[in-house]
Amino acid sequence: MVIDRKTDIGPPNYEQFLPPVIKKNYGKWLHHEILKPGVMVHVGESGDKLFTVRAASPRLLSVTRIRDFADLADKYCGGHLRFTSRNNVEFLLTDESKIDALIKDLSTLGHPVGGIGNAISNIVHTQGWVHCHSAATDASGVVKCVMDDLCNHFTETELPGKLRIALACCLNMCGAVHCSDIAILGIHRRPPKADHATLNKVCEIPNVVASCPTAAIRPTTVDGKPSVEIDEERCMFCANCFSVCPALPMADALNDGVSIWVGGKVSNARSEPMFSKLAIPFLPNNPPRWPEVVEAVRNIVEIWAKNARKYERMGEFIARIGWPRFFKMTGIEFAKEHIDDFKYAGLSFKRSAQLRH
Amino acid sequence: MANSENGGTPQLDELEKGPWPSFVTQIKAAAKGNKMSQDLLGQLEKSYRDKVGYWKHGGIVGVMGYGGGVIGRYSFLGKEFPNVAHFHTLRINQPSGWFYTSKALRTLCDIWEKHGSGLTNMHGSTGDIIFLGTVTDELEPTFAELTEAGFDLGGSGSDLRTPSCCVGPARCEWACYDTLHITNHLTQHFQDELHRPAFPYKFKIKCAGCPNDCVASIARADMSIIGTWRDEIQIDQAAVKSYADGGMNIERDICGNCPTKCMEWDGTKIDIDDENCVKCMHCINAMPKALRPGKDRGATILLGAKAPIVEGALLSSVLVPFIKLEPPYDELKDLIERIWDFWGEHGKNRERTGELMQRVGLGNFLEAIEVEPLPEMIAHPRENPYVFYEEYYEEDDGEEEEENEG
Repeated sequence: MVIDRKTDIGPPNYEQFLPPVIKKNYGKWLHHEILKPGVMVHVGESGDKLFTVRAASPRLLSVTRIRDFADLADKYCGGHLRFTSRNNVEFLLTDESKIDALIKDLSTLGHPVGGIGNAISNIVHTQGWVHCHSAATDASGVVKCVMDDLCNHFTETELPGKLRIALACCLNMCGAVHCSDIAILGIHRRPPKADHATLNKVCEIPNVVASCPTAAIRPTTVDGKPSVEIDEERCMFCANCFSVCPALPMADALNDGVSIWVGGKVSNARSEPMFSKLAIPFLPNNPPRWPEVVEAVRNIVEIWAKNARKYERMGEFIARIGWPRFFKMTGIEFAKEHIDDFKYAGLSFKRSAQLRH
Repeated sequence: MANSENGGTPQLDELEKGPWPSFVTQIKAAAKGNKMSQDLLGQLEKSYRDKVGYWKHGGIVGVMGYGGGVIGRYSFLGKEFPNVAHFHTLRINQPSGWFYTSKALRTLCDIWEKHGSGLTNMHGSTGDIIFLGTVTDELEPTFAELTEAGFDLGGSGSDLRTPSCCVGPARCEWACYDTLHITNHLTQHFQDELHRPAFPYKFKIKCAGCPNDCVASIARADMSIIGTWRDEIQIDQAAVKSYADGGMNIERDICGNCPTKCMEWDGTKIDIDDENCVKCMHCINAMPKALRPGKDRGATILLGAKAPIVEGALLSSVLVPFIKLEPPYDELKDLIERIWDFWGEHGKNRERTGELMQRVGLGNFLEAIEVEPLPEMIAHPRENPYVFYEEYYEEDDGEEEEENEG
C-alpha cells in the first residue's frame, strides 16, 4: 500500500531555531570579545549582548545526553543552543549573570568549557570501530585519550595560537584531517588478501583494477574462477580497492596502526592554507588508552607551545625553524618513509642550499 | 547482550576515566533498555580486545524514492551480537548553522529512541545529524516521523552531499555574505541532486563567511564559498590605540605578521594600503574591536578540494575571485550546473571535480564551463614550455579569409 509520503522537503528552515537576540541583530554584530576560557560576548550595533558558552562533546551522544543539553538550554537560554563545526555544543545566553551557574551544571554533567581563542578546540574525528567497515584504528577512543591528556589546553588559553587536531581512522579521511595542525591518521600496512572464492561474485573486476592508483592490481584466474592478483611491491595501502570490493580486506591487527601529521591549516590568516606533513610514520594500535599516540601528540604540542611565537600556527612555526630542527627538537627519527614518492614528489625535495648548520 | 555475563567491558571501562567527556558513557546510557546499543557495546569491546573492526561494507538500503541518506551497515558478528547484525545509519539534513530549539532536539530524540539505537553523532563530518544504527524495517517509519516533524534526509553516495556553513551573520561580525541563507537555499533548490545519486562521485559545498574558513571549506568541499570584501578594512583608530595601550605590540604582532606588509603603525595610528591587502584576516582577528572587513562584501569561489582517495589530496583553487551573493543566487546556481554538466559528461567513475580539473587541465576545464581564465586562479604561470596551442596558420589561410569575405 502506497500512502501519501512527504519527500524532498529539505532541512527545517534555520530561522525558526534562532534565539530572539540573534533574529534582532542578524548581520548587525559589531565586535566580540573572549571574556574567559570558553566564554565570549558578541555585541550588536544595537548594543545588545549575546554570551556564548562553548562546551566539549564526545560527538557520539545518546538521546539521554541530548535531552540534558535541551534542559540546560531551557534553564539558561530560552531553549536555544547550537553545535559547532568541531562538534562542540554552544549555549547562547543574554543574561551574563547565569554564565557561571551554567558552567557549573555542565561540569556536573562532565562537559568542560573552553576551546575558544588560543586553545585546542575539540578534535574532529570519524567513526572508527564504532561504526565503520574500513577503520584501521578506533576514532572515539584515541580522541578521548588524547583530549584527556590535553584537556587543560581546552580549558585554558595560554597557547601561542590556535591548535587544531583531527583524526581519521583510514585514508578515506571522512574527517578530512589533511589540513590540521596535528592529524592522527589510521593506516594499514599489509596488502589486501584477495578472497578468490567470492571475489567475482561480490566485485566488478574491471572496477577493482581501475581503482588502484599505482596499477598494482591485475585480473587473473584462480582455481578456474576470475579474480585479481596484487603486485604487493606496488601497494601503498590506500585501501581504495577495498572500498570498491569487500573481497579485498585490508584490516589486520598485526599491521594496522596510526601515523601522525603536522603543520596543516585551513584559515587564510597570515599564511595560506597548508597540507599537513608526515611527522611519525607509524605508532601501534594499543587500546584502550593508546599511550604511544598520546605521548607523541603531547610532545609535539609542548615543543610548539614552548617555542612558537605569538599567533604562530604549527605549520608557520615549522616553516620558520625548518624541518631539520623540528625533527631535532621533537626527537622524532627521520626515515625513508618521510620522503614523498607519489606524484609530484620532487616538489617536496629541498631545492636550495639554504640550510642551518 | 551487554556482556556482564561474559566478563563485562573492562577495555571500554578504561575510557570512562579522565576529564574529557566519554563516548563509552554515552553508549552505556543508550544501552539502558536498548538492545542495539547493548550489543554495540559488546562488539566494540571485542574490537578493543582484537584490535580490529567488525563491520561489513554497506549494502543498498534506503527509503522509498531516495538513493541516498541511509548508509547500510552489517556486522561480521551477527550471531554473537544479533541486535547489531543490521545497524544502518541515517543522515538527517541539519538546519543551517546547527541551530536548534530544545523542542526540536527532543522531537529528534523521541523519534530515534523509538526506532533505533538511541545513539547519534552531533554531527557527522559533512554536517548532517547522524542517527547511528537501526534495522531495515525501521527506516521507513523513522523517515515518516522525521518528515512529519519537518526534517529530511541528507546526501550519501554519488550525489550532492548535504551543504553546510559556518555560524555566519547569525553570530559573527565578519560574515561577508549570508552563509545560512545560501546554504538553506541551495539545499532546497537541489533536493533532487541531493537525494538521487546521479553524479560520477560525491560533490560537497561548504559556505564560510570569511577567510578564517571555520568550516574548513577549502580542504573539505568540492565547492568552497569563502566570504571576502574588495574595499577598505573599516578602522576605528581610537580602538586601535586602546589595544596598543593595553599592551599589544602592534608593530611586531600585527604589522609584522601581515603577509603583504601593507600596514604601518606610527605609534598613534594604523595605516593600511588596502590595494595590497589580501584579506587574510590576521589583523582583524587580533583586534576585533578596532578593525572590521570592508562594506563591499561578497565571496571567492574555489573548486576541487578532496581527501587523498584516489589521486591524492587537493585544496580548492580559485574559480571566481569575487562574486556578489544575493538571493536568488542565479549566477552561482548557473555556474554550479555548468560544472555538473561537464563533470557528468566527462568525469570518470569515482572522479571528483578536483581530479577532473587536473586530468583535463584547468584551462580546458574553464573553457568547458565558460569561465574566463584569470591570473587570480594560479599561484604562478607555467614553468614549462610544453604549451598545447590549438590552432596554427597555413600559408594560404589569409587568401581563404579574403575569399570568404568577398
